[in-house]
Amino acid sequence: MTTTRTRPPAAAGSRAARSPRRRGGRGGAGLHFAAAVSALLFLVPFYLILRNALSTDAEITGEDWQWLPAAVQWGNVTELFDDPTVPFARSLWNSAVVGVLHTVGTLLVCSLAGYGLARIPYRHANKVFYAVLVTLMVPTAVTFVPSFVLVSSLGWVSSLRGLVVPGLFSGFACFLFRQYFLGFPRELEEAARVDGLSHWGAYWRIVVPNSLNFFAAIATITFISGWNAFLWPLVIGQDQEAWTVQVALSSYMTNQTVNFHLIFMATAVSILPLVLVFLFLQRWLVQGVAQTGIKG
Amino acid sequence: MPTTTSARDAAKAHVAAGATRAGRRPGVRGSTLSFWLFTGPFLTGLAVFVYIPIGWSAYLSFFEARFTVTPSTFVGFDNYTYMLTNDRFTDSLVTFTVFAAFIVPVTWALSLGLALMVDRLRFMRAFFRSVFFLPTAVSFVAASLIWKMSVFSGVRFGLANTFLGWFGVENIAWLADPDPPWYWLVIVSVRLWLQAGFYMILFLAALQNIPPELYEAAAIDGAKPGWQTFRHITLPQLRATSTAVVLLLLVAAYQAFDEFFNLLSKTTWGRPPLVELYYTALGENQDYGAGSAGAVILTVLICGVTLVQGRFMGFGRNEDSR
Repeated sequence: MTTTRTRPPAAAGSRAARSPRRRGGRGGAGLHFAAAVSALLFLVPFYLILRNALSTDAEITGEDWQWLPAAVQWGNVTELFDDPTVPFARSLWNSAVVGVLHTVGTLLVCSLAGYGLARIPYRHANKVFYAVLVTLMVPTAVTFVPSFVLVSSLGWVSSLRGLVVPGLFSGFACFLFRQYFLGFPRELEEAARVDGLSHWGAYWRIVVPNSLNFFAAIATITFISGWNAFLWPLVIGQDQEAWTVQVALSSYMTNQTVNFHLIFMATAVSILPLVLVFLFLQRWLVQGVAQTGIKG
Repeated sequence: MPTTTSARDAAKAHVAAGATRAGRRPGVRGSTLSFWLFTGPFLTGLAVFVYIPIGWSAYLSFFEARFTVTPSTFVGFDNYTYMLTNDRFTDSLVTFTVFAAFIVPVTWALSLGLALMVDRLRFMRAFFRSVFFLPTAVSFVAASLIWKMSVFSGVRFGLANTFLGWFGVENIAWLADPDPPWYWLVIVSVRLWLQAGFYMILFLAALQNIPPELYEAAAIDGAKPGWQTFRHITLPQLRATSTAVVLLLLVAAYQAFDEFFNLLSKTTWGRPPLVELYYTALGENQDYGAGSAGAVILTVLICGVTLVQGRFMGFGRNEDSR
């Protein structure tokens, strides 16, 4: 039973590609046409971002719809970063730092705990595991008021610590790692233990190097959710200096003056890192989704 | 879903194995230390940042706590009565219910439809899958911005109004007017665009786990490909995934905040529970007592949903293994 977990469930496309006997792939021209139309619809918002980001306000708000800007306004990029009202560069930097620390921290803390719960014999391990499971019942978003109360009494409002630390202890990530390590081949570790490695040594030298795929999948998902998080950064980022890029974007929507080209350039810049992550790490992302989506 | 079953069984098997091993080998003090070495940091964080806030907020909910988190006036259940009789809070629960009633079935159907379509494609399957999945990378804030400022902008140059204008339809104030409630179209479509691809991936994975023999057997038995096969083979085989998707969608809808907050920032209508709570606790009054009471109420509600979810998931699993 445990071995079924070791193979990453469903890298959807690639597996289909490997088995040509699949019933799929029999669709005709009509189906491909429908797919193309749907794909175009799904791409419309991306088109709008690019068009608006590279146009002038006059073109965006003009009487007639302009499909493309008459001249591509690359100057909008520098204008965005020179805009004094919203510290956009700062917010990008904050998001990058928060995203990386959030990902590294979650992976480190939750994988260790998941491994401990899965593989180190301890009398009360089950009770500890239940204490973790209980937290899965309450989504962290629902408890943002109490969390804010705590973090503000620690004096962490508008600080990097306040943005990152409370989010590291994800019961769900710990749970996923535990499930994964339950399926990790025991023989590998036991060989290492026989050779005199401690649990700690076996973990770092044997288990982690052999689990990089799983770590990559969880890392990709964690980074995306960290970069895109809004509620917590909004609550914590009381000063402009501590805004993440999502909070900065949101502030554009409530500003008195509306500069369409700047707003959409900001959106484009905020999405770009994730589109890159998406394009280059899609394999792990798909694995991560298949793995995390169904909670097991 | 095989993943679901195997994970649970694995957990059970491990628990059993762990029990016997501990019984046989009493001298595992070294591993007790290791256990805490591995789990200690996480458990400490969990206690400080999850358990303590929940406890503290339960405590605060019984006090008058405005602008302070160390209150002194005990008020009993007043905060709870205040929240539960407060029209805005109860309205927010209604808003959530309406929202869920739209978003859950629509997302379910669209993501399943996309999965079926992509699964059947002969050409460029990976490309189409990526396109439908791509919005997952976009944040709710960015998507709300595009929807509010461009797609469903209430002015003439918004995409929807431009499009309708070609057919002679007057400009529609999509978000600025609750009557007729066009804002629901905006709210639902933005989440649909963002999430459909995510759930499509789940359905695709499940579709590709259906043994092809089933379809072959059905074909031999004379089932017509198309609706009949879908109704009697595909849909029942997707049952576990479907249930999981519906419940995930429900829990996600319960936590909806970003798009409501950003799309309807200057309005008083269409506020789901978390947005209402945000304005209660962090708005002008900074009423942490009432905010905490609201958080406790929402927590209790979501625990109820999760328990029902456990029931349903268990139910789906039994169906599977039968």
